[in-house]
Amino acid sequence: MEFTFAMSVGVLTTAGIYLMLRAQTFPMIVGLTLLSYAVNLFLFASGRLTVNGAAIVGSSQHYADPLPQALVLTAIVIGFAMTAFVLILAVRARSDLGNDQVDGRQLPEQRSTLGDALAVKMEQKQSRKSDNGKRKQP
Amino acid sequence: MLQHLPVLPLLIPLLTGVLLLLPPLSDSLPRQRWMGALSALLQLAVAITLLREVHTQGTLVYAVGEWQPPFGIVLVADRLAALLVLLTAFLLLCVQLFSCADEDQKGRFLHPLLMFQALGIQGAFITGDLFNLFVFFEILLIASYALLIHGGGAQKTLANVHYVALNLAGSALFLFALGIMYGTFGTLNMADMQQRAARIEADDLYLAKAGAMLLLVVFGLKSAMTPLHFWLPRAYAAAPAPVAALFAIMTKVGVYSLWRVHGTIFGADAGALANVAQPWLWPLAWLTLVVGIIATLASQTLRALTANLVIVSVGSLLLMVALDSREATAGGLYYLVHSTLATALMFLLAGLIIRQRGKAEDRFVQARPVSQPILLGTLFFLAALALIGMPPVSGFIGKALMLKAALVGERALIIWPPILVGSLAALIMLSRTGGTLFWRIRGENSDPIRVHPSQQVAVWLLVITLPLMVVFAGTITGYAGLAAEDLRRGLQLPQLAPAPALVLETGGDDNA
Repeated sequence: MEFTFAMSVGVLTTAGIYLMLRAQTFPMIVGLTLLSYAVNLFLFASGRLTVNGAAIVGSSQHYADPLPQALVLTAIVIGFAMTAFVLILAVRARSDLGNDQVDGRQLPEQRSTLGDALAVKMEQKQSRKSDNGKRKQP
Repeated sequence: MLQHLPVLPLLIPLLTGVLLLLPPLSDSLPRQRWMGALSALLQLAVAITLLREVHTQGTLVYAVGEWQPPFGIVLVADRLAALLVLLTAFLLLCVQLFSCADEDQKGRFLHPLLMFQALGIQGAFITGDLFNLFVFFEILLIASYALLIHGGGAQKTLANVHYVALNLAGSALFLFALGIMYGTFGTLNMADMQQRAARIEADDLYLAKAGAMLLLVVFGLKSAMTPLHFWLPRAYAAAPAPVAALFAIMTKVGVYSLWRVHGTIFGADAGALANVAQPWLWPLAWLTLVVGIIATLASQTLRALTANLVIVSVGSLLLMVALDSREATAGGLYYLVHSTLATALMFLLAGLIIRQRGKAEDRFVQARPVSQPILLGTLFFLAALALIGMPPVSGFIGKALMLKAALVGERALIIWPPILVGSLAALIMLSRTGGTLFWRIRGENSDPIRVHPSQQVAVWLLVITLPLMVVFAGTITGYAGLAAEDLRRGLQLPQLAPAPALVLETGGDDNA
């Protein structure tokens, strides 16, 4: 159990940090969420891992530490509020800055994402259409 | 009533913030302004009473819900916490008055957010529990996220994205550290942790060290320690003037936490864990100062300049934390109060100058004159004197105290130069700024924009404190010395009895 638990915390943290290091807002938010899951699991383990333990004294064979559970609950609530805020902020940043880069600048080599490729194609189509229109007029 | 004094600095802003969001107040700006100002005044009165009580009677411990200390959450008001709560309340009053002029019309919810921000800051100062510290950090952060973007605009959004992302990562690290702390210490009560630090078992020693270093990163991020300071100039320069002024105390929350955690829990009495952060704190504090000085010299606007001066002041304070002596803590405390007030004043002045200077805002370029050059010029001159650290106002005493504290052995060789060069850099840049903003002018200013009376009051309140801190320097340094002793002794909880043995009712009782 310890190994599985440690591995899942480790994998979640790794994935979270990797995603956070991407320079786009949406992967960053997903990364933050994964990181907060990892944190919650980690906090939970700080009261030591027990099976079949109740947090109420006397109601089961083993006694589980109730404090980490309270801490995790608080952390979940706070994390939820923060995620909601950062999502709204990301939408706002997308509309204010015109792209989803964290720096607010579109880097030239990153114009290869699907949305951008589509946008470029649309532009080309439109320019071709307008060219055709110009040719027909005279 | 007096027995509930330590919890009042939390209850008043909380209740005011909620009331401001409810119907009779939420739909009328004038009523919000009155309520906000009254509440700020009340908080100031409470903070003064708290300071006097703590000074005469010693540390006040408040067990929330009467849960006894090692188990429940305690609020601890010692001299350090009481002084910083007073500073926050005073700053809140000035900021509140300043924002009544026009800032609160640029977006909604400014007044309630200011209250929640004050709640978070005062809570962080007054709590005696590490997890509670995290909760108050989050309260002050979420209020600051919303305040930073107040009024809107691409510049603010961009700064806010960075600020929010970094701080969320910081919060995750804080929680990791708390998990480690609870796993190794078995408690998160600061006083209890301090007693147990020396008795950590050898197996847990490295885990506890890792936790302490994680906390150093977290508090370093909050206080803008060098590799973690890059968010600060952009965020502070983009924030609206009153918000930036209130943010002047936020970096100090980080410094305060470093004092509390790394100065006391992992202090000299912590056995194998004693001074774990010291070898890192020294070079990082020094680097913060140097980087701050370079950034100061490269600033292009008054707001960016002030933000970079915040980094310089944080660097000096971190050096005082690293020095870890009674004199250093006392000197640092005096300088902390002074630099918070002086940078807040400069941020407010930058807001006034931007309002009167039109399109050029506060950039260092030739532009039209401000409409009230004599008033703003005088105020700027006084604020600049304070920030540089020139004699008639309080900066001089703060810097002198810090330099004196550093006068031990060879350490003076590495501490004196950056602090002195920092003053020189501030002198150069602020004289250049004053010359550019007030004398390199072109054309006439026929705008009827004047400084609003409430802004006048706010700014003059801050200005008056600068000479007052010199007049009462003896009293304040005496108090700071006692506060430093309080801090170094740690939080002594009188009720901290040995934990009653838990009787595990298992087996027989269940079957019966």
